[in-house]
Amino acid sequence: MKRRDFVQLTGAGIAGSILSFPTFGNPVSVDKLVEPFLSVAAKKQLADVALNTAKLLGATYTDVRIGRYLNQFISTRENKVQNIVNTESFGVGIRVIANGTWGFAATNAVTNEGVKMATEQAVRIAKANSKYQKEPVVLAPNEGHGEVSWNTPLQKNSLEVPVAEKVDLLLRANSEALKNGASFANSNLFQVNEQKYFASTDGSYIDQDIHRIWPTFTVSVTDRASGKFKSRAAMSAPMGMGYEYMIPKPEDKLPGPSGMVLYRNSYDIIEDAAIAARQAKEMISAKSVEPGKYDLVLEPNHLGLTIHESVGHPLELDRILGYEANYAGTSFATLDKLKSGTFNYGSKQVNIFADKTQAGSLGAVGYDDEGVKAKRWDLIKAGIFVNVEAIRDQVHIVGQKESHGCCYAQSWSDVQFQRMPNVSLAPGQEPYSSAQMIKDVEKGIYIAGRGSYSIDQQRYNFQFGGTAFYEIKNGEITGMLNDVAYQSNTQEFWNSCAKICDEKDYRLFGSFFDGKGQPSQISAVSHGSSTSRFNGVNVINTGRTI
Amino acid sequence: MAILTKDEAHALLKKVLSYSKADECEVNLNSNDSANIRYARNSVSTSGKVTQSQLVVSSAFGKKLGIATINEFDDASLEKVVRRSEELAKLAPENPEYVPFLGPQTYPDSMMYVQSTADITPKLRADLVAQSLNVAKNAKAVAAGFLEDNTSFNAMMNSKGLFAYNTSTNTNFSVTVRTEDGKGSGYATRGYNDIRKLDTKKTTEIATEKAVKSANAKGIEPGKYTVILEPAAAAVLLERIFFGLDAREADEGRSFLSKAGGGTRLGEKLVDERVNIYSDPMHPDLPTSTWSGDGRLQEKISWIEKGVIKNLSYSRYWAEKKGVKAVPGPDAAIMEGGTKSLEELIAGTKKGVLVTRLWYIRDVDPQSLLLTGLTRDGTFYIENGKIQYPIKNFRFNESPIIMLNNLEELGKVERTVSVESNQNYLLPPLKIRDFTFSSLSDAV
Repeated sequence: MKRRDFVQLTGAGIAGSILSFPTFGNPVSVDKLVEPFLSVAAKKQLADVALNTAKLLGATYTDVRIGRYLNQFISTRENKVQNIVNTESFGVGIRVIANGTWGFAATNAVTNEGVKMATEQAVRIAKANSKYQKEPVVLAPNEGHGEVSWNTPLQKNSLEVPVAEKVDLLLRANSEALKNGASFANSNLFQVNEQKYFASTDGSYIDQDIHRIWPTFTVSVTDRASGKFKSRAAMSAPMGMGYEYMIPKPEDKLPGPSGMVLYRNSYDIIEDAAIAARQAKEMISAKSVEPGKYDLVLEPNHLGLTIHESVGHPLELDRILGYEANYAGTSFATLDKLKSGTFNYGSKQVNIFADKTQAGSLGAVGYDDEGVKAKRWDLIKAGIFVNVEAIRDQVHIVGQKESHGCCYAQSWSDVQFQRMPNVSLAPGQEPYSSAQMIKDVEKGIYIAGRGSYSIDQQRYNFQFGGTAFYEIKNGEITGMLNDVAYQSNTQEFWNSCAKICDEKDYRLFGSFFDGKGQPSQISAVSHGSSTSRFNGVNVINTGRTI
Repeated sequence: MAILTKDEAHALLKKVLSYSKADECEVNLNSNDSANIRYARNSVSTSGKVTQSQLVVSSAFGKKLGIATINEFDDASLEKVVRRSEELAKLAPENPEYVPFLGPQTYPDSMMYVQSTADITPKLRADLVAQSLNVAKNAKAVAAGFLEDNTSFNAMMNSKGLFAYNTSTNTNFSVTVRTEDGKGSGYATRGYNDIRKLDTKKTTEIATEKAVKSANAKGIEPGKYTVILEPAAAAVLLERIFFGLDAREADEGRSFLSKAGGGTRLGEKLVDERVNIYSDPMHPDLPTSTWSGDGRLQEKISWIEKGVIKNLSYSRYWAEKKGVKAVPGPDAAIMEGGTKSLEELIAGTKKGVLVTRLWYIRDVDPQSLLLTGLTRDGTFYIENGKIQYPIKNFRFNESPIIMLNNLEELGKVERTVSVESNQNYLLPPLKIRDFTFSSLSDAV
């Protein structure tokens, strides 16, 4: 699903009538979503048609992705189901190198004939484009893995849970929010299942079954007399998990300031909805922030997005090289800074790593979409910029011989390219809780949850908001704040990192619909961290009257 | 699936409906052929061609609705998808907001389809990209760009006799040119229904000129400046107003169009009286579909007239509840302009900033429609009617509503593309006073 399609589904597109069908409210049979797929043997046979056809036509490398992509999105508001969308997309994408140039074609005719025709088209495209290719594609070596498989370790496949049960949970969350003073409550449950079969001329035949889930809501309070309205987003994180994430466990709950509860590997949507309503109500009369310098205490469900934008994206090698120059942009983290081995990305406390194997994360896979085994590697070590995020046809540019396994396509019909792996901030080594961190701050702001975020095309200057802000004065939380956003520069910000809580506070944030590329493709990625303190950050006041 | 003719689409949809046993049934069909070439570092990086088709069947029993989709079109599949939607409808609870399907409508034929775009060949696509690459190479600069074209059709039919059909073509092109040393960057974008109007050479020349002239930018203090927003920059701010015209949100008190004390700002003057924004499916320079996704007729409609909010868009349910005409949201928007060219706007500016492109636009406060983002790919300081020198990029915090109250002048309207949404619009360059730049960015 492209970002635009998602926008259309959520009703934020240009047209009020963007849904191509009227809104509806009905539990939908999920039979289709749990029907068995083609057998592995049948997929291997189809993949071999592509591999053999391309070879005969002179391709020097070929990979085939036979994919079945299932989505179930449920949206509700107050006591109504707005939409239940069950989608299935099935097809095959074939990528070849011919005359040293990539070619790609895709088809939903998953038959011997269809696969053969698409392969021929991919080779034709590669040969046509080779006229404009400056240098032939260089692929980092990747050993064939033979016939292997990998599955997201699930306790409960959410697509097998009756829709009525999921709808009921969302409606109960809405009702809890309304009971606690909300004027409106919108909740959503996004579930994704990628059933991907990959084969390449390197001798890999990889079958993977990947699951993701994201329960989320927006609770709003309107004050009709003043015309003010305030919203609070859910404190859930999208996860690479099954329905077990929706079943709250006491050990996954962490206390936050003023009765807030923060969640680790399971989520209590009912409890969070009630807290959200009370917070949104408090925001209506909360004071507007005094602009100036503050010490910021950022909890993981907020800090994750800051990591995503200011570390995850700038360290993508394709961006650094200029492949994204027309859209997402390039990067301040240039190769000379990497090669110097001395570039101070952050303070000594800052250790940031990439990890495609992290349990429960959105980016966890066995193998990436070009058959490279998932792994973990360091990006920033004791504050120093030490590595990037790369795929097979680019990693040689930084003098490395092995791909990092960051290749991904959002569906069979899109060509795979470099995407961000899970990028996480390592927890502090010494025992230190978020409560202790707040106690140690004289003049600060505690920021929780995701809010507005914007960063420039080379990832220097950013401005972030959050969903809940608390003022800290002399080690005490004094109340909520409105109109808060902080502006900083990536290097300055990470060098202002003074303290990181220990691993007991460590948890994942996720980006479920991260967009990149032209045509834009979505990917999902997690960012782990513990609550962290950043000193002397510039806070602006965003309140305006129209 | 190929692009079906009106008769072919009618026959297929009629067949789907013939399987229906529901009280009401509605079928939507769409198919899209799209192809693209992407390039960077003066070389083609990826290209592809994809055809995707989808049939959506909505079946209703009373106020119970079920929807199912399929992308296979043999008789057995068509019957299967109808049965599935019926099974789903029977399992569904009643939807209190259910509105029965529309009856027969009359639509004019849209003007979105241009044969020359549908007939595009891989060679033409490659040639268009080659022309762009040559401009950059000759200037010893580095180009990254994206050319995409689409040919599609949509059709819908329901058991009440409604039938709608539309075909369309479109091409969007954008290019970013950077100087070899990475110190200058320029951008240009164009969108058309007719590929013959696309001049990738000329568009790349504009981006190249901006790249060369923007090198070695000086930093000036952030603050309030008079700005000239080129149409591509104006688009990403103005479209947040277009996206926010929904009546229900405003009625519910959670929109910038909600009013203190209750009600909406419909009929109120919200921006400068020279602001006129409308949509018109039959506009020759920006034709759009003559029917909305749920079959409502799309007509020419004024959204903001002389600065006054004239209309809001409604779902059929909300319109019925409010007892008003169910005006669908627009597929594109047009803002009236003036007669001056961009150069003439610059010539008439004592002190100001020329903005080529705005980037990474995000809502900061939905209450005031405050947005943040940054300038990018060609930001210049203007003094005494002339561009004096390139300046470093700024982060802005501004509301398009406040901005349209600080309107100085409107230039000549042109078709442009939003880099955020990919939507095409007809917009003038805008000259705005007191535009709020809140910090500097080192990004080039």
